[in-house]
Amino acid sequence: MEAGDRTVLQFRTHSTANLSAKVHPLVVFNICDCYVRRPDQAERVIGTLLGSVLSDGTVDIRNSYAVPHTESAEQVALDIEYHHNMLVSHQKVNPKEVIVGWYSTGLGVTGGSALIHDFYSREVPNPVHLTVDTEFRNGEGIIKAYVSVNLALGDRQLAAQFQEIPLDLRMVEAERLGFDILKTTAVDKLPSDLEGMEVTMQRLLALIDDIYKHVDDVVEGRVTADNSIGRIISDTVAALPKLSPPAFDKLVNDSLQDQLLLLYLSSITRTQLGLAEKLNTAAQIL
Amino acid sequence: MAASSAPRSFLQVAATEEVVSPLRVVQIEGLVILKIIKHCKEFSPALVTGQLLGLDVGSVLEVTNCFPFPIREEDEEIEADGANYQLEMMRCLREVNVDNNTVGWYQSTILGSYQTVELIETFMNYQENIRRCVCIIYDPSRSNQGVLALKALKLSDSFMELYRANSFTGEKLREKNLSWVDIFEEIPIKVSNSALISAFMTELEADTPVTQCDYDRLQLSSNPYMERNMEFLIECMDDLSMEQQKFQYHYRNLSRQQAQQQAWLQKRRAENMARKAAGEEPLPEEDPTNPIFKPIPEPSRLESFLITNQIANYCNQINGVAGQSFNRLYLMKALHDN
Repeated sequence: MEAGDRTVLQFRTHSTANLSAKVHPLVVFNICDCYVRRPDQAERVIGTLLGSVLSDGTVDIRNSYAVPHTESAEQVALDIEYHHNMLVSHQKVNPKEVIVGWYSTGLGVTGGSALIHDFYSREVPNPVHLTVDTEFRNGEGIIKAYVSVNLALGDRQLAAQFQEIPLDLRMVEAERLGFDILKTTAVDKLPSDLEGMEVTMQRLLALIDDIYKHVDDVVEGRVTADNSIGRIISDTVAALPKLSPPAFDKLVNDSLQDQLLLLYLSSITRTQLGLAEKLNTAAQIL
Repeated sequence: MAASSAPRSFLQVAATEEVVSPLRVVQIEGLVILKIIKHCKEFSPALVTGQLLGLDVGSVLEVTNCFPFPIREEDEEIEADGANYQLEMMRCLREVNVDNNTVGWYQSTILGSYQTVELIETFMNYQENIRRCVCIIYDPSRSNQGVLALKALKLSDSFMELYRANSFTGEKLREKNLSWVDIFEEIPIKVSNSALISAFMTELEADTPVTQCDYDRLQLSSNPYMERNMEFLIECMDDLSMEQQKFQYHYRNLSRQQAQQQAWLQKRRAENMARKAAGEEPLPEEDPTNPIFKPIPEPSRLESFLITNQIANYCNQINGVAGQSFNRLYLMKALHDN
């Protein structure tokens, strides 16, 4: 549309069309923790998001910290010095983490948010605004991310519209291991190796059972066959290497023997340690 | 006269010493675990440390927050910087109502090789200021094997007394009945989460088995890990044998010295007999100025204890991983047969 056409509202579509955000669960934990610890008179918590912008344009949110603020009906005041201090401290540890946006608890975007967003956009070109609904207003916890798009009427800035962008909750493998522990409110002890193994094997078994049932259902006509699923299943089964039983047995036995050897070595070492210790401390010069 | 059941005056209460209940459990929040994992993983294989904050309640040490330390350069001027950073972080965290109390520190390690003298020294430093402190060790390399390798350690009291006295001779150790197992005490870890967080987590991660299966644990290739473990083990054995050689050397010196002392004593006695026969004063049977009477210091056993601990650790790890491998191999066998 012509820039001089004053009767048409212009949406400047940036590359925000394909912008998306990835959030590490640590950030959610941080936000919840800050919310639980907030001072009594505050209704919500506001803080800064740290992370980096990946090469394909997605914003990777890795860390966060809360910033004290005061809020009243008309205005919002943010403790800017605190914000800078914390930023400097965090960057001493990890200089690659920069400000990528800010968060607030509570559903939806309020009027005061525009001002804060303005402040953050002075620090970073296109900040991401994350809202975390800690009150579970609709019966579920909703986390949404927004970027602001400027609405312009001709040459005048009218308003900033918060557009939602897709959000992806990522978890690194190591964190996923601890994830079971993190879900419940209290765990009595960290699971040992064998217990973890057991749990994993049970899950694998459950998976295989599910697939079995599904295939049975399809064969007997209870469920309509879905070609893509069928192809995936056949791919998975074909991924098992075709080894003749003797060759396979040999492989397994070789590995078993290696492991047994190592176990034997470590037992010998421990015996040696026991002996050495006795000799060292028990020996006396008469 | 006031009976013992009468209320005590304030002075009396202040004068009686508190009985320190022994530390039984370390209660960590999920937030802290995630932070530690993230920090250690980002900088692996470099070793990193950080501070733990929390509360000390009865027999439970609660860890509610933590912050990482920047990597320390070897420069002298940055020492002051490090202290400033710490103060700044504590102050800022205090403003958002985070517990401001240091309860220990955490560090990352590679394959469990963390028993060093520096660890003990850091412990002693912390112990002077804080009544109860704990060290959490996280091993990111083991997490690649599919295990959450998090440990809470504390120096045992008897060891600390010995260390303060700085005497690690065989005598003292036998007295206290202290062996290498007693240096570090491992404390069980409990994890707690606020209800809000667990609600969120349950919400965000669907309960389907597909996303939950930890495929890392089922990986069949544990060879590189075992190889590295064995390498470390072999190095440690070399160190241990060096320490033992030191002891042997010391014993040999000691017995040689004793033989010399005996010889000298004989000579003196013979002289004295001669003198008595001649009617002179007998010379004293001891001569502290003679160098062969100088006591030879016994080498400290601290190093060998630490190395022994290290080796035991490696052995445990090898056992653990071998056990897991057995499981995986048998699982594979069963699957294949099907």
